[in-house]
Amino acid sequence: MTANPMTVWQLLALEPPGWGGALLSGAASTVAISASAFAIGLLIGLGGAIAKLAGNRPLVLTLNLYTAIIRAVPELILIVGLYYAGTDGLNRLLAAFGLPAVEVNGFVAAVAVLGFVQGAYMTEVLRGAILAIPVGQIEAARAFGMSPLLRFRRVTLPALLPNALPGLSNLWMSVTKDSALVAVVGYQELALTTRLAGANTKQYFLFFLAAAILYLAITLVSNLVVHWLERRLRRSQPVVA
Amino acid sequence: MKFDWLAKYWPLLIDGAFQTVALLVISVSLGFLLAIGLAFAQVSGGCVLRSLARWFSTVFRGTPLLIQLWLLYYGIGSLLPMVPGLRQSFLWPLLREGFFFAAVSFTLNYAAYEAEVLRGALLSVPKGELEAGRALGMSRLTVVRRIWLPRAIRIALPTIAGEVVLQLKATPLAFTVTVMDLYAVAYKIRQDTLLVYEPLLVVTLFYVALTALITRAFGVVEAQVPIRR
Repeated sequence: MTANPMTVWQLLALEPPGWGGALLSGAASTVAISASAFAIGLLIGLGGAIAKLAGNRPLVLTLNLYTAIIRAVPELILIVGLYYAGTDGLNRLLAAFGLPAVEVNGFVAAVAVLGFVQGAYMTEVLRGAILAIPVGQIEAARAFGMSPLLRFRRVTLPALLPNALPGLSNLWMSVTKDSALVAVVGYQELALTTRLAGANTKQYFLFFLAAAILYLAITLVSNLVVHWLERRLRRSQPVVA
Repeated sequence: MKFDWLAKYWPLLIDGAFQTVALLVISVSLGFLLAIGLAFAQVSGGCVLRSLARWFSTVFRGTPLLIQLWLLYYGIGSLLPMVPGLRQSFLWPLLREGFFFAAVSFTLNYAAYEAEVLRGALLSVPKGELEAGRALGMSRLTVVRRIWLPRAIRIALPTIAGEVVLQLKATPLAFTVTVMDLYAVAYKIRQDTLLVYEPLLVVTLFYVALTALITRAFGVVEAQVPIRR
């Protein structure tokens, strides 16, 4: 540590000779990637769960294949494979329509890939949560003549949320950490910024420690939010001692 | 799809598979031992031990494995040469290898997750069984060895199977610290032959096969000790 004239606080300063600002914006883009991927995963998962439960045979088989493969293959391989396959496929599709190739934005690619992976896990979590709703509640809604959309909004959704919350919060925690894998395909979020900072200043230990603390802060804040949400969503449920 | 590179690269793939399996076996077995200690520290340790174990779990489960690995490899690894005498010691060839750092960080990470699983399992062993052991005059250690731990492991077995599969899926990260594991071999093949999907596909098949094998193995173990409902 003595070889470098800059002190720890100078290294972590927000202004450019220090790397603090870069780390914080890396952390912001980690949160942005994770939140967007989580939202996309939620949409895929909701669609997947409803389709799986509706029971159209070829559709269910396809979805089973999707969830089984995604959950059996290492995340790193999925991210690298889908990253290349996704950009390559998109450009081939564009070429087929006679359009010029596009350079896919790193952020969009990262979100799409992580969202696609999250979707598989979400499908299973939400399917379980919907199955855990007492059938009588949904039948009652149907007996009142509610349209499927109204039934979903007023009965299914509020009833499934408390069931799904533990699974969903686990997935949120895992996507914030999986987003670090995007560093391997070269998108500059917190993990890659940290590595660059380390490589530039040779203070690897300091910067990785700082990054670990930032990730931990993200996790701990998420924990607080999840606790608050859980209390709120379960307010209609009987208290179990 | 071209697979003629398989003829040239299969010895490398086998080596990579060995590295992957070695990382998995080392991290799971050592991590499990560590997790037993951590779980007991949380369930029946004193106030200091308990909060230490809880912090260990929170920190290692709250940060990405990639960051832990890089912190060890780049961070600690760059500080190690400053330790006097270490360069000359017999440990140095080991401490120079990415494999060592990967094994250590995977072990710690696995232990943190496994400790939480075991903690839950330890707490869910019926109290009456432990009291029965004490009433028969077993010492506290004997109760742990003969009743508490075996029962907890049996309860946690399905979750442990899941954790082992998750650990398998984490091993490709080792390639970022120069370990020639299966994924690194696929990466090398891609650079040599400019084929992107074929090597990934072959490697993926291996991971899926290993996952199936692990699931089967745990199924067999679970069947040995059926749980009475």
